[in-house]
This record gives sequence, structure tokens and C-alpha cells, in this order.
Amino acid sequence: MSEHAMNFMPAEGFRARAKDVVENPFLRQSFRGAMDFLINKRITQFPDAEELETLRTLGEQIRQYNLGKLPALLVQLEENLTRNGIQVHWAETPDEANAIILGICQAHSAKLMVKGKSMVSEEIELNHACAAVGIEAMESDMGEYIVQLAGEKPSHIIMPAIHKTKEEIARLFNEKVPGVDYTDNVDELIQIGRKILREKFLVADIGLSGVNFAVAETGTLCLVENEGNGRLSTTAPPVHIAITGIEKIVEKLDHVPPLLSLLTRSATGQNISTYFNMISGPRKAGEKDGPGEVHLVLLDNGRSQAYADEQLRKTLQCIRCGACMNHCPVYTRIGGHAYGTTYPGPIGKIISPHMLGLEATSTMATASSLCGACGEVCPVKIPIPDLLMRLREESFTAPHANPAMRGQGAGYSRLMTSVWKGWAAVYRSPALYGIATWLGSRFNWLMPSRQGAWTSVRVPLKPAPKRLRDMLKERGE
Amino acid sequence: MSARDRILAKLHAAPVLPKAAPDIAAWYQTHRGTESIVEKTDRFRSCIEFAHAEVHAVSPGSWLDKLAEVLAAKQIGKLLVAPRTAHGASAIAGLAQGGIECRGYDSPIEDWKDEMFHAIPASLTSARCAIAETGTLVLWPDEHEPRLMSLVPPVHIVLLDVATIHNTFYEAMQSEGWANGLPTNALLISGPSKTADIQVTLAYGAHGPKELVVLLVGEEA
Repeated sequence: MSEHAMNFMPAEGFRARAKDVVENPFLRQSFRGAMDFLINKRITQFPDAEELETLRTLGEQIRQYNLGKLPALLVQLEENLTRNGIQVHWAETPDEANAIILGICQAHSAKLMVKGKSMVSEEIELNHACAAVGIEAMESDMGEYIVQLAGEKPSHIIMPAIHKTKEEIARLFNEKVPGVDYTDNVDELIQIGRKILREKFLVADIGLSGVNFAVAETGTLCLVENEGNGRLSTTAPPVHIAITGIEKIVEKLDHVPPLLSLLTRSATGQNISTYFNMISGPRKAGEKDGPGEVHLVLLDNGRSQAYADEQLRKTLQCIRCGACMNHCPVYTRIGGHAYGTTYPGPIGKIISPHMLGLEATSTMATASSLCGACGEVCPVKIPIPDLLMRLREESFTAPHANPAMRGQGAGYSRLMTSVWKGWAAVYRSPALYGIATWLGSRFNWLMPSRQGAWTSVRVPLKPAPKRLRDMLKERGE
Repeated sequence: MSARDRILAKLHAAPVLPKAAPDIAAWYQTHRGTESIVEKTDRFRSCIEFAHAEVHAVSPGSWLDKLAEVLAAKQIGKLLVAPRTAHGASAIAGLAQGGIECRGYDSPIEDWKDEMFHAIPASLTSARCAIAETGTLVLWPDEHEPRLMSLVPPVHIVLLDVATIHNTFYEAMQSEGWANGLPTNALLISGPSKTADIQVTLAYGAHGPKELVVLLVGEEA
């Protein structure tokens, strides 16, 4: 499956991938339709604007309070999980995380892993790591299962297969699943998936999941889902491995209800998800089911870099609801794959540079009109537009000592910087500005008739023969 | 240095100012009023019915009859029960004459996993309590009534005492002192399993139960 691995140089090929989607009316329709649906569902969940505002403020306070105590909370979480019988592992990099997980699998001679939905497992490319050592990693979330069958990646963090029509999925099942006839009836397609995956849950050696909230005071891992595959992955196999970023932690159990409410209402417009699964240990003596072993892998992968800077730390407030991408005019037009990163859309633009370095992601923050929709809907008030501006600065200013980010200055160009410096000088000085516009209007015939992408669909830009100030002057006389 | 030490060292090195603790109690005090049992029951019911659960009002004396009726209507002849619970024992005693076979969850899953996945059409469990605001059942599985009962069988039937319905999730965990002791796996269930992963079209019965039936004990039957 390695041919499907992203090259992880999202800055390369971004324009070409975006263009492909923009020119594909079917994909455009899939994304537009789905995003409109999710936007409307969210609105119906927040009929009271005042309640929404105070709840968002509370959510922000909860996340900032917990990030303020992050190292102490991680130690407390580790103590309490260990006391509950859950084994805790730490990984700085994706490679370390994969090695830990494969080590656990191999200790159990595992052949089959069933996976509940986990974006962190996508982040570390766990499926490829498993395949390389002969372990089958099977996605069980319906959307993830479809995407895996197609040999693709999720295009949305909540709705992984949103880029596919039911007809495409029908053809995919018909081609890839033995004995399945073509049907584009959604209920029938889901029942096909259910039947196949049930047999996998029955025999899987390892169940893997993500974590939505890890509660330090009780040593509890919380999972949000609708399908039941998360519960099956964490209950049916003999071993459960959970993986999470180090930021998904709350100190108190009572921090969970407001965040859960914000998460499900913002994500899919549900007042609550069908299941909220709170795991506080492996099977105890006398209990008749549940895994005998539970592991948690805590992954850094660049998060500590974001943590080190007060402004960038706000990136870590994220509870992964996806509302920012649902409301993003850029995401809606280019879809999730164009970004070339595990996390697409506005949240992807602000978190990916910490994971992959600015060398690989220097242009991501420029794929934004700074309209501000993402910041307005964020349930924990991450100032995403401000962070995009900050990341542009980190990318495009000249490399300097002690940078806040890996790859600072990766997008720096001396020519571009000089041009903008000149532009700034002209706009700061009335005299220079007067001269520049006078020259522009007198020599407007010098403007080229072909002006790159602009003239591919528009008439050339040309300064007016008379400046506004000249016309006003004439009128005044 | 281990990965743990390196990560913690990096986090400790960051110049972080502590932030004030969030006042969660205050938010719930101003934003969620308390309701009577009848109001909470109504709210619970309308929410969980909206999520496609089937709800029946029963009394302590009538729930077994309703259970038999529900099973008959669905043409289910076999029910998974927890024999060491009071309601499980009542079901075993009360359903026998109606020709319903009660399968007790009496041994570790490894002994009968295949049967659980292929030959159990329905299960009966209790709920510890419920949440009115979101139409949510709280299950507290233990050695007698294990986790998979509410997950693998295609039809899940739940007994809920209306006196245990809380206004909010926050109120449930606060008033019951959850932070002082959680079971291996506490569960919030708010309807049958579902997905909208194919073209945002809602479909029920994704991986968990296709149908969720709630017997609301205490309401007039």
C-alpha cells in the first residue's frame, strides 16, 4: 500500500492538487453539499447565541487551564492510569510510536488489528508500519473502511469518505469485496460493512483507538462515536491500544461535560454522540469481557514545539471537532486531499507545521482569505486567523537565531521581501505614493497584456489614465 | 534520557503562566434549570426517541409483560440476560412460559464469543441512571452485567427507573460522585448505533445494536 503514502511535502503540488478538485464538479458538489449540511446541523444545536458564547468561553478556559498544567497533568495521568492497570508509553516521534505499538502486537503474535477511528494513527502512518511487518490493520469506522478499501486517505477528520458519492462506494464494494453485488442503497451498503467487520471484531488480536479526552484525576480514556466500532475495538479483542497526542488531557472529570457538548454539537450538530465510552482499566478479576491488557501511547510529534510559545500554544486547545473545516471557504472548494497533510483545513494549516516543519508546509498558511469563519465557530476559541498570520511571518521572514519553529524562514525570498519593503515604503510616504501613481497612470501602456493567472480568465489590469486625485482636482476647479 | 523525560523536559522549559481554574458549577447553575421527574422524563423521552430509540412506559409490575410483548412483536425467541441481577432473574422466571429462551451471560466471553456474535438476537440490561438534556442512558457494566451485552446483540433492551434521570451529564457525575470511582467501562448510550459516513445519509445499525428499546419504569403503564 506504500504507493498511497503521502509524500509529506504538502507545499509541493498543493496548487496542482487544489486545481484538480476545483475543476471537478462532482467533488465540488460533494464537499459543498456536505459542508452545507454540517453547517446547518450545527446551527440547529446552538439556538441561543448567548449560551453558545458563554459555553465557548468556558471551553476555552478549560483547555487553557489544562494546558497551563500540562506536564504535571501528564504525570498525574500516568500515575492514575498505571494504578488502574493501564500501561503508559511515551513517544516523541511517529517512528517511536509505531515501534511501541508494533512491539505490543508482536509480543502477542498478533496478525489482525481492528481500528476505531484515530487521526493520530493516521498521523503516524500506523497502517503502513503494520503492513511492513505483516500485521493487517483494518479500519472499522465505516468512512475509514471505505477510504482504506479505495487505498486513499481521509479527506475530513470527522467524515473521512465525504469526497465519495454512494455510487462510487457501490462500485468500490462491488469490485473489492468478494461476493458483493452492486447496490447504491446506503442502508444496504452499511449492512455489508457491518457484516464484514463483525467477523473481524470477532477474531482480531488487537483493538486500536484514539482518545478524545484523557482524565488525569481518575485515569480514564474517553471516546466519542456513533457507530459502535470504537466500543467494539476497545472491548472485543484481548488487547486494547489507545494512542493520543499529549495535549488531549483534562485534570478533572467535570471538565468533560462542557467539552463533550461543544464537541458533538460543533462537529456533527448532534446534542450528544450515540456512544460516549469511558475506559478506566483492563478487565478486572471476575469480569467476563473486555481486554486483558490496555495500553496508552502518548505522542509528542511537534506538539511540544507549539507548547513552548504562548501564542502558538493555543493551537493545542483543539478538540478536533472539524467545525473550522466545515465553515472554511477554501476547504469547501478544494477538499481535504489537496492539503497533502493528515489534518486538512484551518486546523491542519496551524498544527501541521509543528509536525512536519515549515520546510514542508511553508505555503499552507497562505491558502486562506483570512475571512475569519474558522475562528468564529471554533468551540474553544482558537484564534486561527491570528495563528495563520503568525505562521506566514514564521515562514517568510529571513531565517534568524533561536526560531520558535522548525523550518523558520523556509519560504523566505530576498526578492519577494525587497518588493514588499519597497511597496511598504511607497505606501508610507505621501510624496513617494504621489510619484508612483503619477508614473503608473502616465505609463499605463507599459502594462503587459498577459498577466499570468489573472488574464487566463479576465481582461488585463491597467492603471486608469487619470488618478482619482487628478479628477477631484479638476472637479474642484 | 527516555522519551518521557525528554517530552516532560521540553514542556517544563516552556514559559507558562498558570490560568485560573474554570468555574464549571457556575455555568451549569445559570444555564441549566432543574426540572421535576415528569419534566425530565418527558425531555429524556423526546430526545432519545428523536435518536430512533423505542420507548415504552411501564410500571414495576408490568415491565415483564411489556418485555414479552416487545420480543413477540420483533419475533425474537432468545434473550441474553444477566442471571445474577434481580431483573435478569425476573426475566428468566417470567419469560419461560412465553417460550422465550433466556441465555445467561454466565461465563467469560472467550468460552462463547462465536455464539455471542452470531446467535444472540437481543439482550436485556439495566441502566444506572439517565440524562434528560441529551436523552442519554448511563450504563455501568460489571462482572454480572458485562460490557458486550449492550453492544453486540442487534436489539438492546434497557430498563430505566425514571427516578434516576438527571438534568445534565454534569449533574449525574457530580451528584453520584463519579470522580471517586469509575467502573472499568462506564458508558453513555443515546440511541441505536448509526452512521452518516456515506454521503451524509443517516443509516442505523452500523456496528452496535440496530434497535434500542427503553422500558421506562415508573411511568404509568
